[in-house]
Amino acid sequence: MPTEIGQDLIELTREIAAKELRPKVDEAERSAAPEAAATRAGGADDAFPRDVFRTLGEAGLMSLPYSEEYGGGEQPYETYLQVLEEIATAWMSVAVGVSVHALTCYPVAVFGTEEQRSRLLPEMLSGELLGAYCLSEPLAGSDVGSMTTRATRDGDTYRIKGRKAWISHAGHADFYTTFARTSDDGGRGLSCFIVPADAPGLSFGAPERKMGLHCDTVREVIFEDVPVAADRRIGDEGQGMAIALSALDAGRLGIAATATGLAQAALDVAASYAKERHQFGRPIADNQGLAFLLADMEAAVTSARATYLHAARLRDADRMFSKEAAVAKLVATDTAMRVTTDAVQVLGGAGYTQDWPVERYMREAKVTQIFEGTNQIQRLVISRHLLG
Amino acid sequence: MNIVVCVKYVPDAQSERGFDASDNTTDRENVDGLLSELDEYAVEEALKLVEAGEGEVTVLTIGPEQAADAVKKALQMGADKGVHVSDAAISGSDAPATSLVLAEAIRKIGGADLVLTGMASTDGSMSVVPAMLAERLGLPQVTFASELTVDGDTVTIRRDGDAASETITASLPALVSVTDQINEPRYPSFKGIMAAKKKPVERWSLADLGIDSSQVGLGAAWTKVEDVTKRPPRQQGTIVPDEGDGGARLAEFLASQKFI
Repeated sequence: MPTEIGQDLIELTREIAAKELRPKVDEAERSAAPEAAATRAGGADDAFPRDVFRTLGEAGLMSLPYSEEYGGGEQPYETYLQVLEEIATAWMSVAVGVSVHALTCYPVAVFGTEEQRSRLLPEMLSGELLGAYCLSEPLAGSDVGSMTTRATRDGDTYRIKGRKAWISHAGHADFYTTFARTSDDGGRGLSCFIVPADAPGLSFGAPERKMGLHCDTVREVIFEDVPVAADRRIGDEGQGMAIALSALDAGRLGIAATATGLAQAALDVAASYAKERHQFGRPIADNQGLAFLLADMEAAVTSARATYLHAARLRDADRMFSKEAAVAKLVATDTAMRVTTDAVQVLGGAGYTQDWPVERYMREAKVTQIFEGTNQIQRLVISRHLLG
Repeated sequence: MNIVVCVKYVPDAQSERGFDASDNTTDRENVDGLLSELDEYAVEEALKLVEAGEGEVTVLTIGPEQAADAVKKALQMGADKGVHVSDAAISGSDAPATSLVLAEAIRKIGGADLVLTGMASTDGSMSVVPAMLAERLGLPQVTFASELTVDGDTVTIRRDGDAASETITASLPALVSVTDQINEPRYPSFKGIMAAKKKPVERWSLADLGIDSSQVGLGAAWTKVEDVTKRPPRQQGTIVPDEGDGGARLAEFLASQKFI
């Protein structure tokens, strides 16, 4: 069970979700969709919920898992993830954004020197800044070691050149946690940098025209000889891959929690609809065929939650949790896909329309099976732990 | 300036609210409770006044065990300390008895330069406790403030009515009830939640306040709720497809309901 502080944080999150997120989400997601965004000069950028991240930041909800010494909440992952799940029940794009932001701070918090932590973290954890995580490239997705973006050292400065793909918050972020090649030594040749948003030579592609999660603006980030001070390199040269993989273990838990929240939201709509909707003179929930479908959805959501909490507790106890994080990500996101699809089924024709949120939930669920390591990669991680 | 804010723990207006069948009082057992949203405006106003100057905000509530949550929320928002009056004999108290307990608690706190309340509770919605409390404490009462400033020993408020806006002044100490137009209450924050754990909360009984239990509770109430009937659920509206005669049919409907 959550600690008293954890419970208070979850209640605070529920209050902010009810008053600040739920009233805005439908309109914002609709207006950020490619067709709607194309009708405005500002495009999808107009609908990016930067103000919502500020509200969450002011409440201290953007930096919960990090050390209090640097402005974080020093909360166990168990609490942080439950807060993330609550945010996701109200607004998936925002929950994913909070998870991404936590990921961008991770390399400094875990691999930074004491001096770098004191210099960089307080601002990153203040709730005022938003980060972006630049790992994937057009030709280097799951195969991180094949990235071609290069950082060339020139005295006290690195110059970064290359393209990063699928970058959440691109164009809106205040800093870019970026991985680039410092030697040709495959996966052992990568290094990690914190690139400020105002660095010269940094530019962005057009927003991707995605199927859902529209308020999570995603673009290419283009580095044209972007200068970065050598004291903004996190960890040693060549340590980038280890940093990225370690960060992803934590990031996967974030995605598992958001996917669980999304599935819960879909189930809540489906269950209440089934009690209200009458056919043949009785609520459709009175049909056992439908009631059992809802029961399976409940069992799936509860199981998903259990897997991420289990992995979080291992992490909080400083135990190995890499395999469990992959299990949680796989189970929770497959659950989100199934439960949101079934929620559309429960609502019938209504569920297929934009008058109800479940069709959006279904579109949003799909990407959770893809990002932060596809679910095929999760199976690879799990099987290697099992058989390796 | 020292401010006492009176707050109430009420059933969540978002949930299904009902009455206790045994005595027709509000059911406080089977429903989630919270700090009355209308009282959050009073807490916010107190915090703003103290932040702009100096002094202390004490938040005062009367209620069962769970009412401690209302005090906790106000402390998380930034109030300095809390007082929770709890006594089984208080259950079922009406507005006069509530104002008696609040008045004695404020005296025991040591008085205040300013007593702030919300404009009404979101459960009882009577709006009379502030006036009764001011009377018992011998304070000027200035109610329904939509704007409040303090200058020296004078509090100035704006009260918006249907026909006019009044500007009213009173000398401190005074009691002011505030509306939901006066400010935008802040959310607690992580830091506020952590800080609230260390803030002092006093628990007082009726005996601590020198009040005899016969003066309060359901037995001492001036009025009694004899019967409660749930309002019938709202009927589904009438949908009239427009087949060229929509305007006429709308007018017919309005006329049949005597709206026109």
